[in-house]
Amino acid sequence: METGHKTDTGVSVDIRNISLSYGKTPVLRDVTLAIKPGEFFALLGPSGSGKSTLLRLIAGFNQCQSGTLHVGGTDITNIPPWNRNIGMVFQNYALWPHMTVDQNVAFGLEERRLPRTEIARKVAAALELVGLADFGSRRPNQLSGGQQQRVAVARTIAIEPKLLLLDEPLSNLDAQLRLHMRVELLALQRKLGITTLFVTHDQEEALSISDRVAVLDGGVIQQVGTPMDLYDRPASAFIANFVGTINVISGTVTATSSGAIFESPLLGRVPLPAAVATSGSAQVAFRPHTLSLAPPEGQTAPGTIRIAGTIAGREFLGEFIRYNIAVQGNHLIADQPHYSGNIEFLPGSAINVGLDPTQLTLLPT
Amino acid sequence: MNSRLSFAHAAIALAIAAFLALFLVVPVITVVYVAFTNSDGSLTLSHFFSFFHLTLMREAFYNSLYVGGMSVLISSIIALPLAYFTVRFQFRGAILIQTLGVLPLIMPPFVGAAAMQLLFGRSGSVNLLLNEWFGFSIPFMDGLNGVIFVEALHYFPFILLNLVAALANIDSAMEESAQNLGASGWRLFRRIVFPLAMPGYLAGAALVFLKVFDDVGTPLVLNVTNILAAQAYLRITSIGIDDPIGYVASVIMVIAAVVALWGSTWVMRGRDYATLQRGGSSLARRRLKPWQALWAYGWIVLVLLVVLAPHLGILLLSFSKVWSYSILPDTYTLDNYVTVFRDSSGMMVNTLLYCGIAAGLDVILGIAIAYLILRTKLPARQWLDFIATAAIAIPGVVLGIGYLRTFKDFQLPFTDEPFTAFWLIIAIAYTVRRLPYALRSCMAALQQLHVSLEEAAENLGATKNRTIYRVVVPLMAGGILAGFVTSFLTAAVELSATIMLVTAQSDAPMSYGIYLYMQSIAGRGPGAALGVIAVITVGLGTYFSNRLIRNHAASRDAQLLKTGV
Repeated sequence: METGHKTDTGVSVDIRNISLSYGKTPVLRDVTLAIKPGEFFALLGPSGSGKSTLLRLIAGFNQCQSGTLHVGGTDITNIPPWNRNIGMVFQNYALWPHMTVDQNVAFGLEERRLPRTEIARKVAAALELVGLADFGSRRPNQLSGGQQQRVAVARTIAIEPKLLLLDEPLSNLDAQLRLHMRVELLALQRKLGITTLFVTHDQEEALSISDRVAVLDGGVIQQVGTPMDLYDRPASAFIANFVGTINVISGTVTATSSGAIFESPLLGRVPLPAAVATSGSAQVAFRPHTLSLAPPEGQTAPGTIRIAGTIAGREFLGEFIRYNIAVQGNHLIADQPHYSGNIEFLPGSAINVGLDPTQLTLLPT
Repeated sequence: MNSRLSFAHAAIALAIAAFLALFLVVPVITVVYVAFTNSDGSLTLSHFFSFFHLTLMREAFYNSLYVGGMSVLISSIIALPLAYFTVRFQFRGAILIQTLGVLPLIMPPFVGAAAMQLLFGRSGSVNLLLNEWFGFSIPFMDGLNGVIFVEALHYFPFILLNLVAALANIDSAMEESAQNLGASGWRLFRRIVFPLAMPGYLAGAALVFLKVFDDVGTPLVLNVTNILAAQAYLRITSIGIDDPIGYVASVIMVIAAVVALWGSTWVMRGRDYATLQRGGSSLARRRLKPWQALWAYGWIVLVLLVVLAPHLGILLLSFSKVWSYSILPDTYTLDNYVTVFRDSSGMMVNTLLYCGIAAGLDVILGIAIAYLILRTKLPARQWLDFIATAAIAIPGVVLGIGYLRTFKDFQLPFTDEPFTAFWLIIAIAYTVRRLPYALRSCMAALQQLHVSLEEAAENLGATKNRTIYRVVVPLMAGGILAGFVTSFLTAAVELSATIMLVTAQSDAPMSYGIYLYMQSIAGRGPGAALGVIAVITVGLGTYFSNRLIRNHAASRDAQLLKTGV
């Protein structure tokens, strides 16, 4: 995998067969995950999927019932949080309101009994790095949300942790600032080269800035891959739906010598490029923007599958219009790019949907 | 690492449990045990039969219920309109009402009782004036009336403050949606506002009942002895520590207190009405029409005058040489203060010592219990909270009797002094009695502290102990201080347990001194002077600690709101 940044200072993280339950409720089930040195790695999942639990486990705030955790090759499973040297930025920043910005950032260095002059130097450097050099004497409640987050980041990197954990780092910021801060966080991570794990429930956030993503659901890792892997080759209907919108069609698949044939009432017989091991019932998926729409009398591009339907509803989303199309008792979602003056289809009108078979993904069953 | 930490937690929990067992559970069980057993140890109900066989005891039982109930009623009549004015209307009296609410709390009822006798008694100032002008008098202070009057004036703030808090917590959307559906005026109040404020009212009412039932000083100062608390005290002190009737009276008092507390929560079970939503606003304040304002101010001024009567009375009394059968004292003097400082400065020192020890222990216990409950997973840790809080239901007289009985054969090591005569037992009684207040403060302070603030410290390398020292305690400081001050100040005017446990004049605190002085007509002047000193001390303490806490809290309110995810 191509990461394109220096990896000399980062450490690897090796999570092996970790299981954790609260009482009788299992939260993490046999999680195994390897994170490479210097990676910017996202844990993506809906709420309750166990992603924050996994992050807190790495920081030492949760104890697993089984499994081991290695960071930089060292087993840290039973080391208390204060001896791990793993920095964590909390979702609510957790700045101490009774201390100034300087005191907040100095805290970890003081706990490490560093000489006073060195503490002052490192505090200044950390604040400089996040662009808050002049804010040292302020109190946290005198700062904006974005500034508070920078202080939280400065406080964490000041101790020069071997691993950086970010718990929903952008969720408390407004939409504009969120876009800005995610670019800044990535830039900072690249500059420091520190292995970074961050938790998010926002697929756009995960896809846009991470090197690799692990999708969690129900305490189980569903898929690990680059953002493009997940988007183009989702391992399940859940992932396909979680990273973007998708159409899923059920049918049967038959293995052939050159690949496979998918067959369903809606699509007819469609050759698939990928080979399959077994024949039987299966699902194929395709993204809404890969569909083309044309009036019933219009032409369809050669090689595309033509499906007749009726517009059932539509949403105007700015860059595109999302149509909900009724087809033979099924529904398809089709996104059409929007330009001013574009043809627009009205609900109730008949429509021809064009589907390019090369855009079909066979979902593993 | 973790097992060592759990071991330390368990050790602390056990130490606290042992303290509570020794000084709360065992003494109370002893009292109950004695009430239900013969001298040979066999179980019996005969003490209860003999108790209800005695005319005086039956009378005391009914009188206590009557005084408790009537005090709640009168307190409600005073508090309800005041609470409603404060929350619903926009007028300058609101701050006055808040102040008024705190005022009576800083002076215990028995201190003002003698002054109230002089102002409202049969030949007191008010009745002298009424008689002179209109030719009739009102028996405010005759017998039980006096107790009810003084107690209600004193304790109505419990209802007022609880009710104001409950009303202020009602989301304006609750009221607006009722208006939107067609309700208004009295129906709106009766069907929406009042039911929503009910938990607050009941909590306050139960507290008033409890306090009145528990109070032994006021009836004794007013020379009313036919109520339970006074009888329990008199039986034990005059007939002896083995008199079973005193124990039966104690058990009945505990039962009444438990029933009142349990009843108020039982009625409201499953109806947690904290309705104010995030970002919601309280009930809209309306502008008063001129005639409404007149009524409101009139009522407030009247209440204010009556509420301040004991304070003014005690002040006058402390400067008077002779005051009887006259509207105001005949001659004024400073002698009373001279007497008090000459004879009773030891009592002031004792009060500082006992209350300092009690409040200090209370916050230490409070922090420890709050931490164990909210931040550890120790099994059965809720019991610490439950038992510590149960002290609310134990009247001071009962706790005192329990100590006397439980520790009667226990000698202090190295001396021949019995433990029950040792001054420390008074401080311990204060600690146990005021622990619930300090514990609530500490719990609230720790609850407000988001756990991520501690995790961040651990993440940056601070151990559990370092985190408590550098993050938890500094951030709880406001709550801890509030707990200390509440414990200290309320202990400074405690009399119910004090009266049972003081054995030597030299060990007596101020509250006991005031009570002693008030026993004789000649002692009323110095008693009042001592009372004034106590009230001023408590008042100043409340004021300054409030200011300190408010400054402290203001600087981080905004932050807590932001971090309160």
